[in-house]
Amino acid sequence: MPEYSAGKVTDYADGDRKVIDCAELEVGVFKIDGEFFAWHNRCAHRAGPVCQGRIMKRVIEPVADDRTTRSQQYDPSETNIICPWHGYEYNIKTGCHQGNSRIRLRKAEMTIRDGEIYVRI
Amino acid sequence: MNIQGKLGPQFSAVQQIDVHTDTRDILAHARRNAIRRGLQDWFVCDIDAHHVETVSWKEVVTYIEDPVVRDNAMRFQAERIGAPPYGLNGDLGLRYQSVGGRIPHQDGQREIVEETDVHRDVTLTRRAMDSLGIDNMVVFPTPMLFLGMHPQPEMEVWLGGAYNRWLIDRILSGDDRIKSLIYLPFNTPVEAERTVEQLGDKKGVIGFCVTSTRYKPVHHNDYMRLYSMIEERGKPLAFHAGYHWQDPSLATVNRFLGMHALGFVWSNMIHMTNWILNGIPERFPKLKTLWVESGLAWVPFLMQRLDDQYLMRPSEAPQLKLMPSEYMNHNCFYTTQPMETTHPKALENTFEMIKAETQLMFSSDWPHFDFDLPQEICDLPFLNEQAKRNILGLNAARIFNLDPTPVKKLVAL
Repeated sequence: MPEYSAGKVTDYADGDRKVIDCAELEVGVFKIDGEFFAWHNRCAHRAGPVCQGRIMKRVIEPVADDRTTRSQQYDPSETNIICPWHGYEYNIKTGCHQGNSRIRLRKAEMTIRDGEIYVRI
Repeated sequence: MNIQGKLGPQFSAVQQIDVHTDTRDILAHARRNAIRRGLQDWFVCDIDAHHVETVSWKEVVTYIEDPVVRDNAMRFQAERIGAPPYGLNGDLGLRYQSVGGRIPHQDGQREIVEETDVHRDVTLTRRAMDSLGIDNMVVFPTPMLFLGMHPQPEMEVWLGGAYNRWLIDRILSGDDRIKSLIYLPFNTPVEAERTVEQLGDKKGVIGFCVTSTRYKPVHHNDYMRLYSMIEERGKPLAFHAGYHWQDPSLATVNRFLGMHALGFVWSNMIHMTNWILNGIPERFPKLKTLWVESGLAWVPFLMQRLDDQYLMRPSEAPQLKLMPSEYMNHNCFYTTQPMETTHPKALENTFEMIKAETQLMFSSDWPHFDFDLPQEICDLPFLNEQAKRNILGLNAARIFNLDPTPVKKLVAL
């Protein structure tokens, strides 16, 4: 299985994403809360370029004790990658779709050696 | 061996897709998947794609027939800052389509276009066709889909006519692969007839379009002459769906998701019900109607509802000689998008009920947020190859009298 460099660990600030060309395919490498995650750049919906989408916090709608709602909010603890083709939103840490955890991104194997990130597909 | 790793990281040229990204980059995966499925050798016709006509509104208004309205519009477009397009109504929902910018191609296509020999929209359409794997693409306007709700029926006549003539002059003339179902100002039947007469045989005009978002009964006697004229020409009549958030029932829906899901179906359900129960297919047996951008799940639902009720109350639909569903899968044709795929068994049943092999035509709706790709038809497990070829292009070739020779340039970049 070929291995591709995804750059140095120090190339990534927290919240960064880099999409790596791996022959005919691509992998997205993300740094979220100090951890690295790597996913195939292929949406589970229509094979769209999911890793090239916008990164946004998950939207939530808090419900008060009396069951009413007033506003939407961003959940600071959950960061999503959003497929730019059709808007499928995935948790970057788990690869699961926000609305249906059975819909998942495909994980790319990732190793870090000597301060350099490598992915395998 | 870590051969690739020794080359250093190969970062993709496009790290984040936005409104400035080239269509060919946005759809790079679509091109790759179309090549893998061998679509180069298949005739693929996209019956419903869009451009944003308001980007060119300054040009469009110069084609307004009424000299006073035209002058007013041209001055407005030249002098007014920050104004919406002259004369055009719209719907609040248009602002929400991109899900707050999460789907950028819905918000804008501000990519660089260096070609100057044709209109920018021709270049953008070519890029989409050659990325999706499409030979012929029918383009529709976008905000004008709401023009049937304009409080001034004459403005529908002036703007619809201006758009038609601009489209023929600037877009259809630029590439034979681009086609149109010309806009009919349906709220003024005599003007719709004039449109058929004057523009129905222009190059690239392969049929006629009624935007479905309007409160006009399609069975009214005022329309019989129009239908006769269209039937005589042998070109289909499309009902292109849309939503209307001010509709009293839809106004109770507070999420765009819900309003869009219902609205795009509702308008065509109403028109189809009137179309069938008033016996229009019996009166115009050769008139082919096309029901566009409502998806497909509504069709078996309506078939069942109308069939059951018809058998109990046949005296209220005395012109019918067949079951409503039989008109719906014989006289009527459908476009695929947005194809509901999350329940595969239901989809298979839908294809069977609408007789998809002969009645269904692929549509992408590119560049809208819920666009579909030809690969979705290729990948349906319950279709044989002939059915896939029919749906992707051969049904359209038959209905619209198109040359089914593949001409697209589907090559890896």
